[in-house]
Amino acid sequence: MARQFMKGNDAIILGALAAGCRAYYGYPITPASEIAHAAALHFPALEGVFIQAESEVAAINMVYGTAGMGIRTMTASSSPGYSLKQEGLSYIAGAELPAVVVNIVRGGPGLGNIAPEQADYFQMTKGGGHGNYRVVALAPNSAQEMCDLTMLAFDLADKYRNPATIMADGITGQMMEVVDIPEPHPVPYDHSDWCVRGDAATRQNLVSSIYLEPEELEQHNLKLHAKYQKITQDEVRFEEYRTDDAELLIVAYGVVSRIVYSTIDQARAEGLKVGLLRPITIWPFPSEAIRRHSEKVKGILAVELSTGQMIEDVRLAVEGRCPVHFYGRCGGMVPGGKEILEQYRTIMAGGAH
Amino acid sequence: MSKVFEQPHSLYSEFERKTAGSKKTTHYCPGCGHGNVHKMIAEALDDLEIAERSVFVSPVGCSVFGYYYFNSGNFQSAHGRAAAVATGVKRANPDSVVISYQGDGDLAAIGTAETIHAANRGENITVIFINNAIYGMTGGQMAPTTMIGQRSTTTPRGRSEVDHGNPVRVCEMLATLPAPTYIERVGLGNSKQIMKARKAIRKALKIQKEGRGYSFVEILAPCPTGWKMDPPQARDHLLDTMEEIFPLGVYKDISDEREEHSWDRLSSPFEVEKRHEYLQAMKTPLDLEPIELPTDLNCKFAGFGGQGILTLGLFLAQVGMKAGHQVSWFPAYGPEMRGGTANCSVNVSRERIGAPTVEHPNVLVAMNQPSLEMFEKDIVDGGWIFVDSGICTGEPDRERLKVTMIPAAEIADKVGTPKVANVVMLGALCAATEMFPADYVKDTLKVIVKRQELVDMNLKAFDAGWEFVRKDG
Ligand SMILES: Cc1ncc(C[n+]2csc(CCOP(=O)(O)OP(=O)(O)O)c2C)c(N)n1
Ligand code: SF4
Repeated sequence: MARQFMKGNDAIILGALAAGCRAYYGYPITPASEIAHAAALHFPALEGVFIQAESEVAAINMVYGTAGMGIRTMTASSSPGYSLKQEGLSYIAGAELPAVVVNIVRGGPGLGNIAPEQADYFQMTKGGGHGNYRVVALAPNSAQEMCDLTMLAFDLADKYRNPATIMADGITGQMMEVVDIPEPHPVPYDHSDWCVRGDAATRQNLVSSIYLEPEELEQHNLKLHAKYQKITQDEVRFEEYRTDDAELLIVAYGVVSRIVYSTIDQARAEGLKVGLLRPITIWPFPSEAIRRHSEKVKGILAVELSTGQMIEDVRLAVEGRCPVHFYGRCGGMVPGGKEILEQYRTIMAGGAH
Repeated sequence: MSKVFEQPHSLYSEFERKTAGSKKTTHYCPGCGHGNVHKMIAEALDDLEIAERSVFVSPVGCSVFGYYYFNSGNFQSAHGRAAAVATGVKRANPDSVVISYQGDGDLAAIGTAETIHAANRGENITVIFINNAIYGMTGGQMAPTTMIGQRSTTTPRGRSEVDHGNPVRVCEMLATLPAPTYIERVGLGNSKQIMKARKAIRKALKIQKEGRGYSFVEILAPCPTGWKMDPPQARDHLLDTMEEIFPLGVYKDISDEREEHSWDRLSSPFEVEKRHEYLQAMKTPLDLEPIELPTDLNCKFAGFGGQGILTLGLFLAQVGMKAGHQVSWFPAYGPEMRGGTANCSVNVSRERIGAPTVEHPNVLVAMNQPSLEMFEKDIVDGGWIFVDSGICTGEPDRERLKVTMIPAAEIADKVGTPKVANVVMLGALCAATEMFPADYVKDTLKVIVKRQELVDMNLKAFDAGWEFVRKDG
């Protein structure tokens, strides 16, 4: 197997190239810029498109144009830039176009800082822009997954004609790991029935999100809603570690799941029965799996790089069946294994809530 | 309602997509400029025989329903973003003929950035700019092109220079850019002007068809509704007032100097085989040569920026990769960068790596004093510490740690350059930990050191570090 040692951010472009992405539009921002650097290097080499756009607003609208042609395309940014993409994302979802958008999350709100956070969870999982829409949100925790989930994002975007996004923290973007170089696969979707390519075959097609009549717009929204329900049913992905007999279930994603993972065996050695559930899709959220655990465990602990965002989805899944605890750091501070272990001890001794 | 078009083929004869009102008439007000311009564009598409490949982009504004009328591929876009959308269309299929059809609010207020930058990149598209000096769709508010003194629903006392700024002259601005091929302002005030407008639109589209680059036609158009005038009054107003502020004419035309297809861009389809080869060429040149590790390495490398700390980490990680282990490398950035230190965390592990950040290293390389002070206490009992003794003062705890004090910078200087102090440290690390044989690491360095002329220097530095440890026992 051909391998390379690379940054998570570079692995995103590796996955994009393997998935047949042909156009990249982006605007620089730390800690996501390596994605644009890699795109600038590789896309033109394959006679693909790379444009450094004048803003994230322009970039996402270039994506709208290329996606509307039924051609695989993407953009990437970090938090402040992802905020600017919301208008475009709403239009892309409304017009039902497939596109991939990456957010290497940094500290907020406002300019915040360039350090890792997960405080864009709400924005990534609840729509983000205006209107009734959702975007698939995948949360890799390794360089390999940055590549693999980017490929998956392109497939899901095409399958559902909907934006699919990657939410990674600054650490997952900046760290280097060994990545297996993927085999490019043919794009299995023919979008001739709806896309506009500037040719005779698609001349009568229209890319649009406007439905002037309320009756029509309601129907359109219901159709979108049914699609989102199907995604919720079919596309949930998560990973578990030592959850079988767990008394305390830890829910964590992205880099936090790695830190938590490194604490589980140690906690077990101390006699603390903890297990990890890592959402790989944060939308759709693994609510059903968490609900099942909530019937058996004594408690659930959500650990995040935020003041508490994912925990709301955990609570919705648990519906009060067991206590839900929270531990978070933010502003770019990353919890160490030691302080997380301390949480387990306190909770399992019946202390904190 | 305005009268039925005498139909060019590029316009639909019946407007099936229209949801309200007659399907034979447009949704525009009587005397509106949009309908006329639609017809001119359609005639040009017919004439140039490009209708089949044309894509019409209609952003928000009264012409958002362009797709009711144009028998072409159609995109409706967000307010102001038409030029960006058109860019995404054209770049993805350079054979398409793309028309970005925009009002003044769209093009010169909310979409100013997109307008200027599409022009500046010389996108091979045609921008049709309807300047009616007002926001038609939203109820007659001030536009960037509204004239001084002109009343609108948001300038009820008339536009004033001090309160609202002056009307923006887009042709004049864009003409300062080198990339655009053709920029002209025309009007719809009388039949002579209309003939000129028709010619300008045709020319603009022909330029695009021939791949000669960016073309831009501004059209002064009446909006009787927004101006609160009847159609004849509006026409007079256009002739009497607008033209003075927005002089008609060609602002730039270098179409003769531009070769045919000189502004075409490539866009190749996805070919699996080609991608496969391209991606395979990215693979590491290091072949797998497994070496068993007695223990995982969880390393912290720290020092000043410029000491090659990050590279030291990269080298060790790649040695670990070659040996068949899980490896991770993470450079501190953000708040950890305080105090003039650079550091990175490297894990070389026999099993799946948890945290890529290293909280409790079993190897610390400290190349400056702050690093030593910051990280020594974090090292696990029995861990290794390597300190540049020429730079740092103070002794680590020899009871608790396996200590190597090595004047790495001085040794590197003797080898040839202080820049290889990091590789001196790598030599010392490998010798002291006994994880990787010297030749194994040196063979790796021969492959991964990027500048071939520096390989020898690196090998010497490695040997010097290695021997320092072995000699001192
Ligand atoms: C983001 C956003 N802001 C505001 C609007 C409301 N809006 C729709 S059209 C328009 C102005 C249109 O004026 P212009 O571009 O000059 O076109 P016209 O209607 O005069 O043809 C505005 C402000 C919108 N649709 N989207
Ligand atoms: S409001 Fe003005 S621009 Fe809009 S359709 Fe009526 S006349 Fe035309």
